[in-house]
Amino acid sequence: MSAAMLELINVSKTFFPGTVNERKALRNVSLSLKSGDFVTVIGSNGAGKTSLFNAICGTFFVDSGKILLGGKDITDMPDYKRAVSIGRLFQDPMKGTAPHLTIEENLALAYGNRGGRHFFAVNRKNRAKFIEMLAALELGLENRMTTQIGLLSGGQRQAVALLMATISEPKLLLLDEHTAALDPATAKKVLEITVSIVEKTKTPTLMITHDIRAALEVGTRTIMMDEGRIILDIEGEERKNMTIEKLLQLYSKESKKQLLNDRMLFEIEKQ
Amino acid sequence: MSLIILGELQTGMIYALMAAGLYVTFRILDIPDLTVEGSFTLGMTVTVMITSAGYPELALLIAIAAGACAGLVTAFLQTKVKIQPILSGIITMTALYSVNMQIMGGKPNISLYSAGADTIFIKFERLTGLSANNSKLLLISLIVAAVIALLILFFKTRVGLKIRATGDNEEMVRSSSINADLTKCLGFAIGNASVALSGGLLCQYQQYTDINYAVGMVVVGLASIIIGEAFFGRRSVTIGFISVVVGSTAYRFIIALALQVKLFDPYWLKFISAVIVVIALSLPVLKTYFQKLFARLKNERGNA
Repeated sequence: MSAAMLELINVSKTFFPGTVNERKALRNVSLSLKSGDFVTVIGSNGAGKTSLFNAICGTFFVDSGKILLGGKDITDMPDYKRAVSIGRLFQDPMKGTAPHLTIEENLALAYGNRGGRHFFAVNRKNRAKFIEMLAALELGLENRMTTQIGLLSGGQRQAVALLMATISEPKLLLLDEHTAALDPATAKKVLEITVSIVEKTKTPTLMITHDIRAALEVGTRTIMMDEGRIILDIEGEERKNMTIEKLLQLYSKESKKQLLNDRMLFEIEKQ
Repeated sequence: MSLIILGELQTGMIYALMAAGLYVTFRILDIPDLTVEGSFTLGMTVTVMITSAGYPELALLIAIAAGACAGLVTAFLQTKVKIQPILSGIITMTALYSVNMQIMGGKPNISLYSAGADTIFIKFERLTGLSANNSKLLLISLIVAAVIALLILFFKTRVGLKIRATGDNEEMVRSSSINADLTKCLGFAIGNASVALSGGLLCQYQQYTDINYAVGMVVVGLASIIIGEAFFGRRSVTIGFISVVVGSTAYRFIIALALQVKLFDPYWLKFISAVIVVIALSLPVLKTYFQKLFARLKNERGNA
């Protein structure tokens, strides 16, 4: 077994402790990801999925437990320092890109010094790499390098944001429902791009999704969260044999609570 | 008349550096920076003192550094002390009034002319042997072109790109590995350095400094930026900086023309500038209002 890239050991976080608004966002969460792991994360609203991401990124500091990334303890590291090795994508395509900068400038921003030291942020060398990466998306964006990102559609923006999140070869990729705001066809395309990038780079990835079918089909492993805990963690054969119905049954057995929120119901009815 | 044109061209280009500095904070960082009134005067007072001591070139360099420091103070108040952007600019500007008085030894104005001190313009005239006006125009053009070119190039570098991204999508910048507080500080330093250089050049150009010279300077700068954008539109940073120079010069010509035809007394200048800025800033609102109005009129006519 290869060494864990991401390791959470007994991580807990409580918001507003000791008040009427006290909320236990994470309770003794332990999780270990190795290279090549592509984990889909499901759970109802408020289950702690985004809190898990925020804890890993350092949006807040955890109350107890340890977080290790690539073997290094990052529990007390400020968020912008962790960001060097974590790529993160949000539901809102507007969040991941700078609208008035061009496609190539956005990519150059994310690429940083990796193309070697040059006077200009966008130069001949990294521009060639950007064109190659954009061409792989098959969205025709390689011909629009000097277009301002704000002029692109949501799906195109999210695809570029995905490139930006992975171009710096992060140790970890966090996808927070990054296809949820897109129309079904575009969402499918962006998900395909995601899978191909993750499979190619072997970057350990956590992907929150409300699409239970996709949660089982995409990636190598699925975890389910409820009330700040990981209540299910399946991979391999067990995951292959899992069906949506069984997942739902298992869920109600584990937590005796309605899993479904409106959106999940909607997704299942569609299928 | 041609002398007036030449004069307006010269001052317009000097003020262009002030407007370019304001462009960095107002358009690139998307924060209105009122430090400008203080840092412009700071550039003037520093320059007047060091130039009278006989070092006109050094004076401008110190003015640039002093302006950068003033910008850093405002950025510090904003990012670390978390004071609202506009208020932090007002605080620095107010404090700079005392600093500027101290620099001038408690005198509200100083003339370089009466002191008989050499300015870079006098030196350049001697060097080139051109007429006073032509050599002034040449020197100003060279300096402005150099500074604007430097700014354009800088904002294409990696650091420059980070500053632009900070103003464009701060949330994204904060969730990436960029230190947004640092990029803001840099932007404010660069912006106010350019403003102070503009003040320093103006001081040597008119051989005179007054503590109240920069009152209303922010509005003048904004008017220049907006007039420039009326010609070029809001596009890339490169075009932005060039349009600022055009806008600043055009602003001087508009004002000079209005004064020539005695449209108003000179003390109405600031009012007119304010009106220009208000009109330009209200354009988006006016546009939607008129679009709605036209749509309604069309509807009514269709129903009749």
